[in-house]
Amino acid sequence: MTRRAGAALTVAAALCAVAAPFLAPHAADSRDRGLLNAPPTWLHVLGDDGTLHAPFIYRWRIVSRLEQSYQEDRSARVPLTWFSGGHLVQSSNEADAPLLLLGADSFGRDVLSRLLYGARISLGLAALAALGATLIGATVGGLAGYRGGTVDDLLMRGTDFVMVLPAMYVALALRAVLPLVLTPAQVFGLLAAIFAALGAPFIARGVRAIVRSERRLEYAAAAEALGASGWRLLGRHLLPATRGFIAVQITVLVPAFIVAEATLSYVGLGFPDPVASWGTMLHDAATNIRVFADFPWLLSPAVAMFIVVLGLNLVLQEEKGRGAGLAARG
Amino acid sequence: MTRYLARRLAFALVLVATVSSVSFVLARLAPGDFVAGTLGAHASSDAIARERARLGLDKSLAVQYRDWAAAALRLDFGRSMLYDRPVGDLIPERAANTAILAFAALAFATVVGVPLGIVTGTRPRGVLPGIIRGASVVLLSMPPLLTSLMLVFIAARTGWLPIAGMRSSTGADNAVLDLLRHMIVPVLAIGLPLAATLERLQAQAMSETIGQPFVVAASARGLPRARVVWRGALKAALRPVAAMYGLMIGTLLSGSFAVEVITAWPGLGSLMLQALRARDIYLVAGCAGAGALFLALGTMASDVALAMVDPRASERESHAEAA
Repeated sequence: MTRRAGAALTVAAALCAVAAPFLAPHAADSRDRGLLNAPPTWLHVLGDDGTLHAPFIYRWRIVSRLEQSYQEDRSARVPLTWFSGGHLVQSSNEADAPLLLLGADSFGRDVLSRLLYGARISLGLAALAALGATLIGATVGGLAGYRGGTVDDLLMRGTDFVMVLPAMYVALALRAVLPLVLTPAQVFGLLAAIFAALGAPFIARGVRAIVRSERRLEYAAAAEALGASGWRLLGRHLLPATRGFIAVQITVLVPAFIVAEATLSYVGLGFPDPVASWGTMLHDAATNIRVFADFPWLLSPAVAMFIVVLGLNLVLQEEKGRGAGLAARG
Repeated sequence: MTRYLARRLAFALVLVATVSSVSFVLARLAPGDFVAGTLGAHASSDAIARERARLGLDKSLAVQYRDWAAAALRLDFGRSMLYDRPVGDLIPERAANTAILAFAALAFATVVGVPLGIVTGTRPRGVLPGIIRGASVVLLSMPPLLTSLMLVFIAARTGWLPIAGMRSSTGADNAVLDLLRHMIVPVLAIGLPLAATLERLQAQAMSETIGQPFVVAASARGLPRARVVWRGALKAALRPVAAMYGLMIGTLLSGSFAVEVITAWPGLGSLMLQALRARDIYLVAGCAGAGALFLALGTMASDVALAMVDPRASERESHAEAA
């Protein structure tokens, strides 16, 4: 039951990321200078005269430019338009009264749209890094477990070493020594590589242990007796036995990677500004001390992150025991 | 045991030396240096060259590394350019601040998480265990980055607690009380997810132990339930939880980084960030080394503690060494 709910949350988040251009009312970087830090537009169904309407919004009228406070302009209803121009829903008067379901940020950009596009970066990066960690980890662990001896010793010493490194400090140092200005694609690849390298040992150790014990079983001996080559035995028979373990590890690593990206971007060492990722959004939010008191909608990436991590954790809950607590790793 | 400890200590030293050396070299190879960052574009090339010579940045990487490494062997870790103070003085101060947070968070997590885990582990049904379990699952999904944002949000909204720094700038009547008030938000931010981790682990260990023959036998002999649970079963169920502490040290260090940055706590993590931004290479090397030392010593302490709770752990370790 909880597991299904978790899976549903995770799948929903992934769908949001994939369908971002359709779901998001605006482009991630379109700015409206008249709506800096504007609050979320409320959806109304009751008009001022008490009559019922299809959902509509009111235009935000600026009350004080200095304080960035806004008031609903109740003189005219702004109906919504559905399924037009390749978007799920937009305001019928985008120029004057844009639909801002989660408000606007300090540049007047729609937070919801940035959240959806940001999901592509944040979740995509975490998924890619987890894939990389799995490939490296399975290769290293499989090799160490299959060959044994010196190879095993060397590889396991290596993973031990990486595992005791202060991961956050290493990621910081590696990112910080490279030029601060990189293209988003370069940052994406770079962070994925760093995260994959830091996450791989956790997979490698488990894979090694499983491969070692599986190798002693009869079916492995049978395959060997039938003349299967080492690579075939490893790839066809031994590594598939680690599937369950790897699936669990991925649900542990993905949340850690999402949070790691957010942390790095939060301190300004992740993605450069115009790129929408959950970390850069929090970075923008944190530059304004009034965010906590007056503009709480700027913290919605934190809520999104919580939902995704919760979804993955609920999936993991059922996998009793193994690394239950690791999900809290920052 | 002594041999085991010596080996671990040697490994810790190698780790610290490698981590600080690599970060020294990386920081030195990085584009831009401290002088370019501080003097800015308007300084004359003459002034820049003079400043570089004064700080020793004009030497080649190999020479610079050799000088630094030689000095480091005599426990002189260079001079921070950013603070104009010896790195060896600066780091213990900041590391102590991080350690305060880490220990307080660990203590909080243990005091809250373990007893609650015993409650949920021994009573599979009921309203209270259900609430605790739900809260744990929620908190497990909130890494320190999120808990600290949430707590700062609450503190800012209500105005109950200070949200940044370690001491009031105006100076308070009671320094200790003032520090404690400032500690609440960062300690809870790190401690709450840890408490949830411990609660889940303890609950699981407890529910497994409670079904074991020795517990059933104790109950059958008529020992009161409270005694069976809190004395007998608890002792056995503590082992898997104790094993978790080693892993939690790493969580503490990376978790405290996010928390330190968000709550402006002057710890090791925020110092490392400043050093990296300013390209203060000696300070970068020092912070990275201190982080590695923190982790290595913490893991070692938890392994020793585990060996005390569970003698099999150290035996297994020595078997592994022999193999």
